[in-house]
Amino acid sequence: MCLGVPGKVASIQGDCAEVDFGGIRRTVSLLICPDVREGDYVLVHVGFAIQRLDEEEALETLNLFEEIERSYRESTEEDT
Amino acid sequence: MNQRKRIHEGDRASIMLKEISALVDGHIRLMEVCGTHTVSIFRSGIRSLLPKGLELISGPGCPVCVTPVGEIDRAIALAQIQDVTLLTFGDLMRVPGTSSSLNQERAVGRDIRVVTSPLDALEIAQGEPQRRIIFFAVGFETTSPAIAAAVREARRKRIANLYLLCSQRLIPPAIRALLSSRSVKIDGFILPGHVSVIIGKTPYSFIAREFSLMGVITGFEALDILEGVYMLLRQKKEGRSEIEVQYTRVVKEEGNRLALEIMEEVFEPFDARWRGLGVIPESGLTLREEFKEMDAALVFDIPYEDRKDPPGCLCGQILQGLKRPLDCPLFDTRCTPENPVGPCMVSSEGSCAAFHKYGAST
Repeated sequence: MCLGVPGKVASIQGDCAEVDFGGIRRTVSLLICPDVREGDYVLVHVGFAIQRLDEEEALETLNLFEEIERSYRESTEEDT
Repeated sequence: MNQRKRIHEGDRASIMLKEISALVDGHIRLMEVCGTHTVSIFRSGIRSLLPKGLELISGPGCPVCVTPVGEIDRAIALAQIQDVTLLTFGDLMRVPGTSSSLNQERAVGRDIRVVTSPLDALEIAQGEPQRRIIFFAVGFETTSPAIAAAVREARRKRIANLYLLCSQRLIPPAIRALLSSRSVKIDGFILPGHVSVIIGKTPYSFIAREFSLMGVITGFEALDILEGVYMLLRQKKEGRSEIEVQYTRVVKEEGNRLALEIMEEVFEPFDARWRGLGVIPESGLTLREEFKEMDAALVFDIPYEDRKDPPGCLCGQILQGLKRPLDCPLFDTRCTPENPVGPCMVSSEGSCAAFHKYGAST
């Protein structure tokens, strides 16, 4: 029930935003997460944006995955 | 997702799994607290790919599952009042009460409707001023700020016919109760990502400080979960007991402060009963004095009464990680998703429903 779906803010009108979920648009309340701008990605739960997605952190997660992958590849190369 | 990306992610997953295997030493039990994690773990097949010594157990993190029978009965009693419309999230419709369910009540003509947002409740109350609208509010910290924001909006718009049956619960007190009971062996927690978007990291610090256990706030993609498990195992190997965040792209150290403020303005904690875990101090939310005129339990004078769980149903023990769905004699015999006996088979996020759907054998 704590499902959160990320979407891209297409436009903002007052306390609400039009959010694009991969082609499907829905109106989302910004009452508990007002500091968003057009183009931001937000996490949406029960019709409310609950947090802005941090692009830098998202990239960092990817970097960490890559780091683990790299360390694994290096260790297997050492083994062979 | 295109095929190339899928293959690449598959590659990464298998590398992560090898790293995880290398870190497993002896028998390690990790609890995923959140029902959304349970579903993600099953759907991605992670459970069957983990090394033998690593066991994932499901915890009390499905709001529908932890709602006690007495609360379902209370919602049914409210729905039976002549001019009342009861609104609820979908999964609650089929949870059996003592002698009926919301679904059965709807079938005999009660006005019970499924909503997907607390804002729907506002809209319905505004559109139908002649009816008294009760929103059966369940959910954890992820959902409660949205419910609180809707309550504030109702006040601002002077909507006088909207009431709440408050049945929200808080996650950290449940984890504390679970650990204090010492009935289940847990080495660490895969902590709920979206609850933590709201509450941040600090409310879990007692897990490390008082119980010397580790926890990682984790996202819901398969790679997130594998990384969360990897981070937990690294802690164990290095002899650390800390709360770490894997899901940094949305979880801030301090959570969502505005959401917390709104939630605290509208609700206050009270000692709530959980299915399986009993009464846990300050683990539920109720409306503050200033908003009591919206409290359905008070306005309609239907107090909470304890009711027995269905005979033979092990949901209570499954929610504490003491039993697995396969240990329950009713699982897949008398209790199926079509005819559920306990809530863990009803909710899409319940362990029994997940075991049934994905055919888990261990």
